[in-house]
Amino acid sequence: MTRTSSTVDDDRSARPTPPPPAPELLGAWRATGRADLVAHVDHFGPLPAPGPGDRHWGERFAAALDASGLTGRGGAAFPSARKMALVRGRRPAPTVVVNACEGEPASSKDAALLSCAPHLVLDGAELAALASGADRIVVCVGAERPDVAVAVDRAVAERVGSGHDPVPVAVERPPGRFVAGEESALVSWLGGGPAAPTFRPRRGEVLLLGRRPALVHNAETLAHVALVARLGPAAFRSTGLPEAPGTLLCTVSGAVTRPGVYEVAMGTPVLDVVGGAGPEEAVGAVLTGGFGGSWIGAGALGAPYAPAPLARVGGVVGAGVLVVLPRSGCGIAETARIAAFMAGESAGQCGPCVFGLPALAGDLAALAQGRADRALPSRLARRLEAVDGRGACRHPDGVVRMVRSALAVFAGDAGDHLRGAPCPGHRRPSVLPRLRAG
Amino acid sequence: MSSTVLWYATRATGLVAMVLLTATTVLGIVTANRGTSRRWPGFARQDLHRRISLLSVVFLTGHVLTSVLDTYVHIGWAAVVVPLASPYRRGWVAAGTVSLDLMAAVAVTSLLRHRLPARLWRAVHWLAYLSWPVAMAHALGMGTDMRLGWVLDLCAACIAAVVGAGAWRIVLATGRARRTLALPSVRRRPQGVPVKHLTG
Amino acid sequence: MPTTITVNPVACEAYGYCAELLPELVTLDEWGYPVVDGRPVPAHLVELAQQAARRCPRRALLVETGPDRVWPGSPPR
Repeated sequence: MTRTSSTVDDDRSARPTPPPPAPELLGAWRATGRADLVAHVDHFGPLPAPGPGDRHWGERFAAALDASGLTGRGGAAFPSARKMALVRGRRPAPTVVVNACEGEPASSKDAALLSCAPHLVLDGAELAALASGADRIVVCVGAERPDVAVAVDRAVAERVGSGHDPVPVAVERPPGRFVAGEESALVSWLGGGPAAPTFRPRRGEVLLLGRRPALVHNAETLAHVALVARLGPAAFRSTGLPEAPGTLLCTVSGAVTRPGVYEVAMGTPVLDVVGGAGPEEAVGAVLTGGFGGSWIGAGALGAPYAPAPLARVGGVVGAGVLVVLPRSGCGIAETARIAAFMAGESAGQCGPCVFGLPALAGDLAALAQGRADRALPSRLARRLEAVDGRGACRHPDGVVRMVRSALAVFAGDAGDHLRGAPCPGHRRPSVLPRLRAG
Repeated sequence: MSSTVLWYATRATGLVAMVLLTATTVLGIVTANRGTSRRWPGFARQDLHRRISLLSVVFLTGHVLTSVLDTYVHIGWAAVVVPLASPYRRGWVAAGTVSLDLMAAVAVTSLLRHRLPARLWRAVHWLAYLSWPVAMAHALGMGTDMRLGWVLDLCAACIAAVVGAGAWRIVLATGRARRTLALPSVRRRPQGVPVKHLTG
Repeated sequence: MPTTITVNPVACEAYGYCAELLPELVTLDEWGYPVVDGRPVPAHLVELAQQAARRCPRRALLVETGPDRVWPGSPPR
């Protein structure tokens, strides 16, 4: 799909054609430091859109998206083309929901994206709406990030002001709780219900917002959709890996001197990603994927940062989160803190989660402080088995995965803690972002 | 049917209904307690509660019909559902009427339980806690047989059963609530990871 | 077509009637909530399973006869 321009330039021979922009989300921001509409169009060019009477634009767009191999950047990595196909052409008209709730405390990528490149996200939402026949877009920003909502409001106003809005865009501020950003919880809240996940026994069923199908995409995914539309699938696939093309935004935090959001090509070795953020000391382990993700040890840091290769060493890309634990830190203590936090973030609907997560957190706290009783290992294993997969959403599953990975990666430490001799690191202040309780 | 027969039937069906309704209420309270035992599994308690409640409706119907059909005192059909519509013993009959109305709501919503939203069913079912004491007040206030010692003892036993079951349930429920509230908490600070460092 | 039992964890409030009626298929975890393993229901227990589903005060037990489904909460094993 080539760039289309709405004006014809007679003087083309005098001006060299600028090279197409690189397939990077933050390209315009890095070049100019600006996030406004003019800078966006200058850098990326105008958004390709169906011309009047273009009946096959939707199919071409769907084909391009499919060819690009883009998968969701919200954590589940579902193929974006397939998600859109489920909703295309349904009546009544679907709603496009841009999910930038980002309830994960260790993730700030959606906030960064909406602050620095909101127009790319809005472009993607517009394309998704045009392709699926949606007649409205709702951008959801967590209520605890008012500055991000302001940035989105400003971008929407700019577009309306310059006539760039074929589909009306509304901005909503759901609560910033961890589970509120889960797809079904978000759609429930938008429909006037509680921000709690719903029971979905049939995978692949379309979510309904009122009577309309809802097409929920992570904000970063939609930004990539806008890139695919402008540059074409081939250019999109020029970075990253064949089975995981493109770039991704990841939030690096923990014991690093330059915590923040970084855009990296899929497949970059984890060590390089973490290295760019300047680890404070030797890296002991890295929590990948988020608080419901999975730990990997220092020996696995050479793995490429992409879903399949990272999974082979026990990690998970998830929402692009990397939390660096220094060698002097205590993985068991941090795991206990995360488990306690996640227990408090339960939606409170399902018994195994409401009772199981605090029980796990209690056991882990005892282990971290070296107060474990002899029955703890078997009790912990039994409880992990009891909690896994028994909620309506994957919140408890994530906690179980994270804890199991911790017990594997920190097996040596766990043994010491079990014998009542916890490592000195367990008294160190936490390196986890946004959690500063001891 | 002679007035005397109706008169005895009203009193008898009334007393039996009172005992059955007490049993229904006690079973309802006890059913809400979780926990199972080999002799009295939970589903059996629930089943017994339903069956006895249906039986009490039968006796209650008999009590209402015989009392209205008895022309010795005039109560009138309206008083069956409209409180304070009976010329005879207006207040205490009204207590019976109110109790009957509440019970009818509970019965109808229970028969249609799975077609109604769970919250509606539960809210109406809680009215049972109001209908039982009002029914007991009706029995004591009408006073027809209350000069008989054994009838007074029966009423006292019914009241004791409901109060005892209620107290047991409250004790169990507070224990369960205390367990849920013992969640470890970790405070969440508002500032997150700074967004200023963006490189590729 | 296999018959399967699923628990709706949002609706379930640990009454435990399902475990009482179907101890062969449903056990209770340490907090009183039902554990089902997703295996098909043997033919001689289907009627009992349907009764258990009708008796659940919260309608949290689903008994279905249909093509294989994937339960969203459990990871692929």
